[in-house]
Amino acid sequence: MTTTTHERTGTPPTPILEVDDLHVRYGGSHILQGVSFAVPATGVTALLGRNGVGKTTTLKAILGLAPRTGGVALDGDDITRWSVTRTVREGVGYVPEDREVFGGLTVDENLRLVGGDVGADAPVVAELFPDLVNRRAQKAGTLSGGQQQMVALARVLLRDNRLLLVDEPTKGLAPKLVTEVADVLARVAETAPILLVEQNLPVVRRIADTVVVLDAGQVVHRGPAEELMADPDLTRELLGVSMRREARQ
Amino acid sequence: MSDVVLLVVTGLGLGALYFLAASGLSLIYGLMGVLNFAHGAFMVAGAYAGWLTMSGLPASWGVGLRMAVAIAVAVAVGALIGFVVEVVLIRPLYRRHIQQVLVTVGLSLAAVAAVQGIWGSDAHPLEKPRWLASTTDLAGAQVPNDRFLFIAAAVLLFSALLALLHFTRLGLVIRAGVENRTMVEALGINVQRTFSVVFAIGGAAAGLAGLLGGVYANSVSPLQGGAMLIYAFIVVVIGGMGSLTGTAVAAVAVGLVQQLANYYAASGVGDLSVVLLLAVVLLVRPASMQGAH
Amino acid sequence: MTRHLKAFPALALLLLLAYLPYLPVELPGVLPGRLNGPGAMQLLALCLTMAGIALSYDVVFGRTGLLSFGHALFVAAGSYLVAIGMSSLELPLPVAALLALAVTTVLALVVGGIALRVGGIAFAMVTLAFAQAASIIVLRNPGNVTGGEEGRSLNRDLMPEVLLGVTNAPYRYWLALAFVAAAWLAVSWLSRTRAGHAMAAVRENEARAAVLGFDVYRAKLIAVVVAAFLGGLGGIVHAVVLGGSNPHLTTAEFTLSLLVMVVLGGAGSRWGAVLGGFLYTYADSRLVGLSGSTLLESLPGAVGNVLSQPLFVLGTFFVIVVYFAPTGLTGLGHRVLRRERVE
Repeated sequence: MTTTTHERTGTPPTPILEVDDLHVRYGGSHILQGVSFAVPATGVTALLGRNGVGKTTTLKAILGLAPRTGGVALDGDDITRWSVTRTVREGVGYVPEDREVFGGLTVDENLRLVGGDVGADAPVVAELFPDLVNRRAQKAGTLSGGQQQMVALARVLLRDNRLLLVDEPTKGLAPKLVTEVADVLARVAETAPILLVEQNLPVVRRIADTVVVLDAGQVVHRGPAEELMADPDLTRELLGVSMRREARQ
Repeated sequence: MSDVVLLVVTGLGLGALYFLAASGLSLIYGLMGVLNFAHGAFMVAGAYAGWLTMSGLPASWGVGLRMAVAIAVAVAVGALIGFVVEVVLIRPLYRRHIQQVLVTVGLSLAAVAAVQGIWGSDAHPLEKPRWLASTTDLAGAQVPNDRFLFIAAAVLLFSALLALLHFTRLGLVIRAGVENRTMVEALGINVQRTFSVVFAIGGAAAGLAGLLGGVYANSVSPLQGGAMLIYAFIVVVIGGMGSLTGTAVAAVAVGLVQQLANYYAASGVGDLSVVLLLAVVLLVRPASMQGAH
Repeated sequence: MTRHLKAFPALALLLLLAYLPYLPVELPGVLPGRLNGPGAMQLLALCLTMAGIALSYDVVFGRTGLLSFGHALFVAAGSYLVAIGMSSLELPLPVAALLALAVTTVLALVVGGIALRVGGIAFAMVTLAFAQAASIIVLRNPGNVTGGEEGRSLNRDLMPEVLLGVTNAPYRYWLALAFVAAAWLAVSWLSRTRAGHAMAAVRENEARAAVLGFDVYRAKLIAVVVAAFLGGLGGIVHAVVLGGSNPHLTTAEFTLSLLVMVVLGGAGSRWGAVLGGFLYTYADSRLVGLSGSTLLESLPGAVGNVLSQPLFVLGTFFVIVVYFAPTGLTGLGHRVLRRERVE
């Protein structure tokens, strides 16, 4: 867990992201009905909730990929009028659910799309994703789920990010890979705050500092991750899952 | 035997023309989701620009030289018109695909009518250098030399596009965009800038297709573009929108089928077989309509 | 009760239009000669026929959201089949018409059945290809049946006397009017049926329509077949009004012009389709006449020539409409009315 600025200097840190009364309506459904929360400038904030409650939609709305009303501020700047491209360029990295790597392009090409001249030879790739360096000429469509997830993560790291939006990165992965991904995310969080949508609670317990819980299109709980994870009744009530004894720490 | 050789070469020549017309369409739809009906107008523009160049340049230059210049002009005019159309008419309708298609429909009607108004509805004969108009003996068949020109042009275009797609950043963005345009934007890349370039490339290829189509028919006329456009569409659909190799293969297939069927069955049957081929392909493989949406 | 009240404007207009052949009024510039003279009657008959055909296209494009480029196929089928039925098979007009309609409907089932296996743009391309195939067949003139580029005239011996001849233009006018009225009623009825609701749902959001329990494929097929039937009927009327079948009906240009008509008037609206079809046909006919006008002669040669091309004016106007008024004239009209009511 990272130490907060507050503990060191005594001043309250400005959140990197503030979402205010966010509404998303499409296809006749009112998916987000006034979501408001803040993402601290450091560490991992987990966005939790049952299936279908609007977690992915929230990330998309922040980026501008879903039609939204309400306020979104990045480090104090109002970004509601920004295009998706601009938002990303200004430092909001996005790792979507289902990875969405470009199957017909090689690993190197997938990375160079963001990195420009640097692809698989970038330092961050060598450091965090050594396996990808070996696979640089392999078509991304032929990679395993875990490897594709690494590509999806690596490519956003080729840009300087002020905030990372990561959507269910461990979905469908074997336990060993889940740990690897969680490790990578923990290391990434040392340099940039992450808003993480996750269903896998052991991962949340392991790397999240703060949690925001959604239900029926609204925020129903926010607070330190430790608190929620230590309270099985509350966890069951909010998420409909019981925290089984941990397989790992 | 010599019959077959002649048919195959002329079929390939026809396929080459279709590829020239279809490659731009395929890229444009694959990347932008725009069904460009104005592509026929680009072809007519290229054809007429080439014809005007040839008649406008002094006769002392010789037919061959004038034709070479005309080809360059046709390509340039096509590129310019494609670029302007994208920036002025298509871009402001970002993501409103139906409206974009409708605009290209209106543009195609207006452009052809304008050409008819200025130069008349009749076909204007197009001069050809003697070597282009004559034939070469190939395994006993007398093959018209212009077919070789078409094939050469198509091969050149195919190689150039392949190189663009695989060795340049623009090509990388296009390939990624054809797969998943939204994700490219979600990675911070401004895909819209590539649109104008893609339209320009498509326009250039169409302009060339138009002029070479005029060489094939020995004349240029306002309705040539529209006639070729339908086959170009069919080629793109059969080959898979956004796939360059697919378009090339489909173009060859369509050209050969059309030529062979028209000869061995009856004139016109070839044209119908192409339609039948389209129906069959679409029923068997509806996924060939993948592309940006 | 309100349903009948709403029908009042349409009914009033119908009665007014039916009365026109009794009015020897002159509208210089607007119509050639007297209103009930053969020239004007013929023009109005053509405009009304196209209005009805546009309405038939609206069923598939405006109401169901299917971008079909093959509608001209069914219109041409109706027109050519009735001509062939009368000339080659020596059938009297009503029988030939019924035969033409039957064959056109079967054709729609086949083409629609195949084309609807794919969606969106693929569907558009398949319909375009089928229409092109028909165009090829017609122009190649197999067995001299279609008359190639010149078209096929109707067998005068088997036509009812009342529809023949220049002086009987008002009767052809009334026939066209009856056609539009019939098409209008058919479309009104259709929109109130389960199938009609399914079509509207499909147009809104196809995935959602399926989730809501509509049989999407069936709804689309019904739309195609009904549209084809009405289109084929329009083709028959077109042949009667013009005295024969015209290969223009098979061209891509005609197919596209149907699209233009519907969008210009306002897709999805009966008034829109009818107005669009009527005005487009009127403009197309009258703009040709302008080429001799002094206004155009005063312009430099090339500019004047271009502007005298009806399709140039219409195509450009269409682009403008798509840009600034994509809901067409009726959409604009609604906006104006709403503003008036608010104030």
